[in-house]
Amino acid sequence: MASYTFDAIVIGAGHNGLIAACYLARAGRKVVVLERRDIVGGAAVTEEIFPGYRFSEFSYVVSLLRPEIIRDLELPRHGLKILPLPSTVTPLDNGDYLAGWDDHDLTRREIYRHSPLDAEAYDEYSRVMARAAKAIKPIIGLVPPDPSSLGWRDLKGLLKLGRFGASLSETELYRISKLVTQSSADLLEEWFELDALKGTKAASGIIGTFLGPRSPGTAYVLLHHYMGEIDGAFRAWGFAKNGTGGVTAAIASSARALGVEIRTGAAVDKVVVKGGRAAGVALANGDEYEAKVVLSAADPKRSFLQFVDPQHFPDEFVEALRNFRVRGSSGKVNIALSELPQFTCLPGEGPLHRGAVSISPSIDYVERAYDDAKYGQFSRQPYMDIIFPSMIDRDMAPPGHHVMSCFVQYAPYDIEGGWDDAKREAFGETVIATIEKYAPNIRRAIVGKQVITPKDIERIAGITGGNIFHGELLLHQLFFLRPAPQWADFRTPLPGYYFGAAGAHPGGGVMGAAGKMAAEEVLQDWRK
Amino acid sequence: MPEPSTVHHPLYQLKRTPFHARTSQLCLPHNWRRWGGCIAAGSYDLGLDREYWAIRNHAALIDVSPLMKYEIEGPDAARLLDKVIPRNVQKLAVGQVYYTAWCDDDGKMLDDGTVTRLDEQRYRLTAAEPQLRWLALNAVGFDVRVRELTEQVAALSLQGPKSRPILNRCCGTPVDDLRYFRMAPNTIDGRPVTISRTGYTGDLGYEIWMDAADALPIWDSLLRDGHDHGITPCGILAMDMARVEAGLFMLDVDYTAAHHAWIGGQKSSPYEMGLGWTVALDKPGYFVGRRALEREQREGSTYRFVGIEVDWESLERAYASVGLPPQIPGMAVRGSLPIYRAGRQVGYASTSTWSPLLKKYIALAHVERPHFEPGTNVTIEITVEHRRRQATARVVALPFYEPEWKKK
Repeated sequence: MASYTFDAIVIGAGHNGLIAACYLARAGRKVVVLERRDIVGGAAVTEEIFPGYRFSEFSYVVSLLRPEIIRDLELPRHGLKILPLPSTVTPLDNGDYLAGWDDHDLTRREIYRHSPLDAEAYDEYSRVMARAAKAIKPIIGLVPPDPSSLGWRDLKGLLKLGRFGASLSETELYRISKLVTQSSADLLEEWFELDALKGTKAASGIIGTFLGPRSPGTAYVLLHHYMGEIDGAFRAWGFAKNGTGGVTAAIASSARALGVEIRTGAAVDKVVVKGGRAAGVALANGDEYEAKVVLSAADPKRSFLQFVDPQHFPDEFVEALRNFRVRGSSGKVNIALSELPQFTCLPGEGPLHRGAVSISPSIDYVERAYDDAKYGQFSRQPYMDIIFPSMIDRDMAPPGHHVMSCFVQYAPYDIEGGWDDAKREAFGETVIATIEKYAPNIRRAIVGKQVITPKDIERIAGITGGNIFHGELLLHQLFFLRPAPQWADFRTPLPGYYFGAAGAHPGGGVMGAAGKMAAEEVLQDWRK
Repeated sequence: MPEPSTVHHPLYQLKRTPFHARTSQLCLPHNWRRWGGCIAAGSYDLGLDREYWAIRNHAALIDVSPLMKYEIEGPDAARLLDKVIPRNVQKLAVGQVYYTAWCDDDGKMLDDGTVTRLDEQRYRLTAAEPQLRWLALNAVGFDVRVRELTEQVAALSLQGPKSRPILNRCCGTPVDDLRYFRMAPNTIDGRPVTISRTGYTGDLGYEIWMDAADALPIWDSLLRDGHDHGITPCGILAMDMARVEAGLFMLDVDYTAAHHAWIGGQKSSPYEMGLGWTVALDKPGYFVGRRALEREQREGSTYRFVGIEVDWESLERAYASVGLPPQIPGMAVRGSLPIYRAGRQVGYASTSTWSPLLKKYIALAHVERPHFEPGTNVTIEITVEHRRRQATARVVALPFYEPEWKKK
């Protein structure tokens, strides 16, 4: 049994853990990151599942990685490149398609082809959403103030919020109030007539939730997607070079350059508590690490219900965490291909393969997919977001060959009777059969396929419940309620124990904001 | 009555490069730019993203035929070049390429380009501007023949990390042994070419020189063989962003040719432009500009060409103060922006661009002594909603970006 001493221990080498470690090390602290797996990355990993074919195994797009993190940690020097993923094509059941290209005029012409009214509505909708996103954007970078507290910081935060609220026009205020309460279906039906447009837009409001497009609260998630949009050319949205593992590899490289120690194969068993403070961690192998602070970048359930004995937390905190919803609702099918799938709606190799293909012909289609999940089944006709990483980065597959990433919803964690090999196989088959309807050559092109259920996400990436956001983006689990009331400022009821991952504000996506903000809170407490 | 003509007489048209039959088919936005009297595609795609990232991640195929090209041949070819460029041409081996500036006798830059030693007594000079008269004036008394080959020789630049595997697939001889700034004869599609490991992007890259008559089949071969490696035709606008990241300047944008300048202040010396390393004061004998360059080397330069990194948060604050997210064009901007230190103007940026790779706003700038040291805090003028403001920025060494594989 070995023992080590550090200023800070970070649990989990996902992007948030690594980013937190970087910011602590930048402040001159001695930091160790302990990772259960033999590779770093958490859910942002690239693995060569079949020889020569590499996959972003779980998370597959970089959505909102904060540009200041990219600059602060000099990630481009450590190999980070975020490649554009410019379009979305929705194949239709009548053999046609609906495309959103990365050019305003082309997109307008495309929508006009289906509905002249929607073509104009789409422009206006995009402007309204971008303005609403801009209006709420300052909140993302804000440590959530606790409205029940009278502490100076919370008051200052509330004041900022208040000022922000006052800065909105009445129209904006009504619009945002509607956005945070409406269902995405209701919102979209106010704007559009095209089923495929509504279906595709609605789909982005249900990703990672256990809700359907007709469930209230989903409109807010749509807004999240416009956050990147307002940054225009400065966005960090796209596909990372070498897959999502390329992001964490760059952060890990930056961390090492800053003197962070990263130990893999180091599964944390317990947070050691001494004198009412977190004082270190004990590994499953018996090794012990001492530190002034411990920062968990694991999911909330693991961080608060597994690593720490409940006796160290108030019962209402434990209760809140027990009730925190982490229902995994999505799966992933990673496919190695000998040739590109040929979509009957747009034959040949083309721009379609450089962007996303969305299987979302209508809101009803997506809502029906949810109906299956509600009652413990995977969707018989699932919503899918498909990309071809090898078309964006040729290093993902051998020359001339390809890899395909299919994000699939819904696949409930709590499937009736539990997940087993037969169900996983059946789920994979459903996905292939669905794609086959639109791209008939898919079956003969398959060299290998990896089917990932929420249970597999939990088993491999260590995310309880297999929810891709470490906890659903539900209104009652956001901002000052994430992960629990009064504890949204990256601190926890256990002094010396901090929490900075997707289960904290501002939530999931390869964003890094939680890791950065948590580290900044640690440093602030140290200065006191 | 004669019918009104529907087509312009060729002499009223700008020149077209030997690749025009292909490039004109591909140029979706029809955003033709002028380059050396030719039209050159600004971009082929409606946006620049794909072409920029082809340079940085796959391979971009750029038509660089408008470059001025001269062949200098004869027993005195090396002596002529040694006289007109500040580098030591006696040390230039067959198959080697020099990048160099050249100056007037006041040591002020006339142009910059490459000199390639094709064989014992034969050299190729590339330039941005016509140099025939200048070469001819200097060649008096030398046994040398200077020929302009601008239109006879077509050129393609293949830039990006995948350029090597593409050429290995496409060429008669693999290019694995072709080192940085070396040139070798090769074949593509059975046609003779010379390939130099040079470029204007700061990435791994090659330039392919060929007879203009072979241009189209070679273009087709490269696109076919490069397909699986993501080869992408790329216009000059994406290249302009990449060259700023690489810290490479452009004549008439970042400096003015000495013989075009109206006033002394418009002229630049190789030392000021960061090309001190090309001035071989240790080589024997006279070369044009020698005495002035010796003096400047002794006394130090007034200006230096440096990189400027704009502090993004300060830019964001400036825009946020009027309620806007930052409004920066997603392409390189060729416009002068004043640079200040402690309230006094100490220089100007000549080209600025958003760097998609670095996620930074960067600029190439001329900064006065002593403010040009890396790490110096300065401010740069930005225009926010029609009002002039200043964003904080920092002087940095060039290049902004240099991947490890560039010279490997």
